[in-house]
Amino acid sequence: MKGMMHLKPLIDDDSRTFWEGAKNHKLMIQWCNDCKKYIFYPRIICPHCFSEHVSWVEASGQGRIYSYTVVHRAMPPFNEQTPFVVAIVELNEGVRMISRIIGDREKISIDKPVSVVYEKIDDELTLPYFQLS
Amino acid sequence: MKSDRIAAIVGVAESDLGVVPGSNVLRLQAQAAKRALDDAGFTKDDVEALFTAGNWARFPGLMLAEYLGIKPKYLDATDIGGSSYESHVIHAMAAIQAGLFDVALITYGSTSRTSPTRIPSSLTLRYEDPFGIPSPIGHYALAAMKHMHQYGTTSEQLAEVAVATRKWAMLNEKAYKRDPLNIDDVLNSPMVAEPLHVLDCCLVSDGGGAVVVASAKAAARAKKRPVWVLGHGEMTSHNNSVCSMPDLTVTPARESGRRAMEMAGITHKEIDVTEVYDSFTITVILTLEALGFCKPGEGGAFVSGQRTAPGGDFPLNTSGGGLSYCHPGLFGIFLLIEAVRQLRGECGERQVKDAKIALVNGTGGTLSTTATVILGRD
Repeated sequence: MKGMMHLKPLIDDDSRTFWEGAKNHKLMIQWCNDCKKYIFYPRIICPHCFSEHVSWVEASGQGRIYSYTVVHRAMPPFNEQTPFVVAIVELNEGVRMISRIIGDREKISIDKPVSVVYEKIDDELTLPYFQLS
Repeated sequence: MKSDRIAAIVGVAESDLGVVPGSNVLRLQAQAAKRALDDAGFTKDDVEALFTAGNWARFPGLMLAEYLGIKPKYLDATDIGGSSYESHVIHAMAAIQAGLFDVALITYGSTSRTSPTRIPSSLTLRYEDPFGIPSPIGHYALAAMKHMHQYGTTSEQLAEVAVATRKWAMLNEKAYKRDPLNIDDVLNSPMVAEPLHVLDCCLVSDGGGAVVVASAKAAARAKKRPVWVLGHGEMTSHNNSVCSMPDLTVTPARESGRRAMEMAGITHKEIDVTEVYDSFTITVILTLEALGFCKPGEGGAFVSGQRTAPGGDFPLNTSGGGLSYCHPGLFGIFLLIEAVRQLRGECGERQVKDAKIALVNGTGGTLSTTATVILGRD
């Protein structure tokens, strides 16, 4: 039932390592070997310096809430899950990603530290969620 | 004002607006095009360049040109969301300046009310969509929450925008929502994505619009007096992924607005009427700050006390905006239409007295891209 409640992301050479990593409980992001900056979302070329020397690294899984919203109305399949918290998490590595924050909604606020947790949707998809550290 | 007189808007019109069952995007654009050309005193044979935006066809520009019976020598179907139409005016002016044509027809049409389409996930949003963020409102909600946290902006201040905009709509007989609205109505309306309520959000309607841009030479034979493009600027920050936006409280209008005002050679005090994209109440506050009408963080205080309502000292979104007049998707074209009418003195009850200079700012995507146009009459 859970599987039907999520959109399946397209897997290709840009995204495969990220989603495979999540399945194995690793938060995978990219690192530019030339300008030494982290990159998310994944791509073939560094958006900071245009270097092609980008490699995958496992992120710390630690970050803070840059901003968040509590979603009360959503399109299917997410309408059955409201209310839920979607946030921009800024990882300690400096990159930001969209995710869910799980746990007590009343305690959530901007700048609070969070840690990654893994939500297995089905055999094909595991999502990296976050909870307050 | 120091700007040269290079290009002017000489014709504007809407198609039928609101709920238009049985119509389609081509009918609405044709209707608006005919009316705008009539407004200019031009015919279809005067049109050398055609501009449109939308994802309703594989080749929207080609389909529209064929339907209208126009064979353009210049075609531009740039689609950057809500700022597309300010961008079209800018591109038309650049091409006029380059001597490529004298008359451009710019049109928009949408049946987003009667035939909504869901946008499929994309190559870059696939890292966001599985988490269920509703777009675009979720992204704007993230920006609103950040602004509140950083500056203490309140839901009441956001509601001020919706209430003031409704008061303008009550003076516009074409507006879809014309019943009175107060701050409590906004705060008590259902929450969609915190902190944004239903009444912090723009309408979803059908409709279209058209704008005719002419060179100075062609403008001289138009029926109405020209509204000159005095300055312009465009800026893009990111696509739909707000994770790529450096600061969620600062829109690219900081850059596009600065350049537009520099080109026009004007200061904020010289602007008589302001039309900015109001996809959500927060969009207005962020845009006013980015354009420099107030300092970062002061947007909430700036709009308080119904300062932007009819009779206030900062006339803003005088048509009733996307919040109350109409919002068939890319509202940018309606900002231009209203600004031109204000500068021509055609707005009746909602006319801003002696309006000579207008600032128009479109915002596209999720605070992703802006285009600012300064318009003025002689």
